Amino acid sequence: MDDLTASATAPALALKMRDIAFAYARTQPPVIALAQLDVRAGERLFLRGASGSGKSTLLGLIAGILSPQAGTIEVLGEHPQQMSASKRDGFRAERLGVIFQIFNLLPYLPVGANVTLPCRFSAARAKAADAAGGIDTEAKRLLSRLGLEADSVWSKRSTDLSVGQQQRVAAARALIGRPGLILADEPTSALDANSRDAFIQLLTEECDAAGAALIFVSHDAALASHFDRGLDLADINTAMETA
Amino acid sequence: MARFPILTLALRSISNRAGTALLTILTVAISVTLFLTVEKVRHGARASFENTISGVDLIVGARSSSVNLLLYSVFHIGDATNNITWDSYQAVANAPGVAWTVPISLGDSHRGYRVVGTTPAYFEHYQYGGGRALVFAEGRSFETLFETVIGAEVARALGYQLGEEIIVAHGTGAVSFIEHDNNPFTITGILAPTGTPMDRSVLVSLEAIEAIHLEGPTGAGTGLSVEELEAMDLTPNAITAFFVGLDTPVVALRLQRQVNTYPTEPLQAIIPGVALAQLWGIVGAAERTLAAVAAFVVLTGLVSILTAVLTSLNERRREMAILRALGARPGHIFTLLVTESAGLALAGALLGTALTYAGLAGFSPLLEARFGILLPTLVPGLYDLAIIGTVTLASALLGAGPAWRAYRNSLADGMTIRV
Repeated sequence: MDDLTASATAPALALKMRDIAFAYARTQPPVIALAQLDVRAGERLFLRGASGSGKSTLLGLIAGILSPQAGTIEVLGEHPQQMSASKRDGFRAERLGVIFQIFNLLPYLPVGANVTLPCRFSAARAKAADAAGGIDTEAKRLLSRLGLEADSVWSKRSTDLSVGQQQRVAAARALIGRPGLILADEPTSALDANSRDAFIQLLTEECDAAGAALIFVSHDAALASHFDRGLDLADINTAMETA
Repeated sequence: MARFPILTLALRSISNRAGTALLTILTVAISVTLFLTVEKVRHGARASFENTISGVDLIVGARSSSVNLLLYSVFHIGDATNNITWDSYQAVANAPGVAWTVPISLGDSHRGYRVVGTTPAYFEHYQYGGGRALVFAEGRSFETLFETVIGAEVARALGYQLGEEIIVAHGTGAVSFIEHDNNPFTITGILAPTGTPMDRSVLVSLEAIEAIHLEGPTGAGTGLSVEELEAMDLTPNAITAFFVGLDTPVVALRLQRQVNTYPTEPLQAIIPGVALAQLWGIVGAAERTLAAVAAFVVLTGLVSILTAVLTSLNERRREMAILRALGARPGHIFTLLVTESAGLALAGALLGTALTYAGLAGFSPLLEARFGILLPTLVPGLYDLAIIGTVTLASALLGAGPAWRAYRNSLADGMTIRV
């Protein structure tokens, strides 16, 4: 795996975590104690965890919003921990796509503006979307790929959409500009079983098409079959054992 | 949105909460309107007050206090401590450097309005409002003995027309027991409104004042005919005060000293501008209180912005987390909130300024006619820009508090929203 460190060519690992320890305060017990976690480029990883198992904290660490007290995190060949705070924010805007549980969208922006928002914070993603035919065209293509009628929803307020539609818009926003890693934090928890399966199907297909790795966290073990690999957070996060 | 994503987001976010935002803007607008209106009227009132009389270099009367002399000679409030002799008047009038003098004689009234005995030169030299001369709305100056010119308010309040006859009474009360009713005066002129005590004055000639008092100050007037009176020398022995115009204002201080040390009679000369400023120092306390109250109203407006931003913080933590996940820096979050509060304040201050000037434009003729307040300018100036800037800046500073809280929240929350 030595040849997989950051280089001019695309790294073979989208995520490499080693000996991670994280607590919200030094006086509190650790929330994450993780010896190793690797995700290959383009891999679709399912991470199961019960409520309070540290799923969202782990995603915060991967996104570089939280910093571990110990250990190293390598994301898409880069070391966000070693970057300045503003570079880390820039790196996240450029290379990561994030989908939340619910209420993913900014209520005051129409659907189109919500999808293209990452391109406003990252020139690289704007460039990538532009290269794919233009920012708006790419956004509409993604919306269509995710099963929405792009032209009819484009100018709608996000609050006028159903929860299922909102999640698809959020997925399109995470995917625009071809980020290398998509983090999805319980994105299907508010969907019924049919909508959930359809959404995961579309998401994984689009990640494949974009060549992005996907880390999908959920408490629902039944979803594991949709992914290349499934892990139980309880198996890798030893902090929960000591807690 | 590409160049200023935060500014655009702030505007969109505000428009999403249009109802609350409009109310906040309106609160600021009303407070700024109140503040600016008070300031404009305050400055206008002060300027109008200080311009109650202009073009007069000195006012000379019997020795008392300068404010007292100003009050009775210009504002027709109170009474002179003493008269001054015609000889002393002549001595000052003929002093080197004196261009003109206008004597006045007070002590009589008409239905509560002061009667001013003077000469037609009064209409030529008396100025107000920074150099505005008296204008006749109707008619002309008095020429013969029992003719009179009345101020605008006298004519309006008592419904007088040109040609009507009025009786002058002894003393200055609204109800008089001794009326000089042998000698009615015919109205020959009505002055245009000035917003000064002139509007409440009845002007007659000095000789007429002398004539109605020929048989003692408390009589019904003189029984002599007009022809007989006009044949007489009615030059008064004493007058109440006189206004002095100088060839050059540099003479004023020297002449003032000479008058104040006049050996024959205790006289006093005052420079009107100085005495007016002294008087304003006494009556201006209310005006300063009003300004302070208006300033507190602006502060209340600013606090309403703070309240609006603070109450929206919790419900917007998710929005902040989404922005952070999309690559927004904590600084962006801080800027977003500061921009919002500054934007609300700017909109409120601009609206308030517009309302102020629209209101003043509509009401300034009424203010001038009814209260004598001349508003200096009805075009927004640097002062208004400074107020708008101060309100916006103060609001941005106030917004920094909640912005800092949002910044801390966004750091702590990360992409997880623990509301």
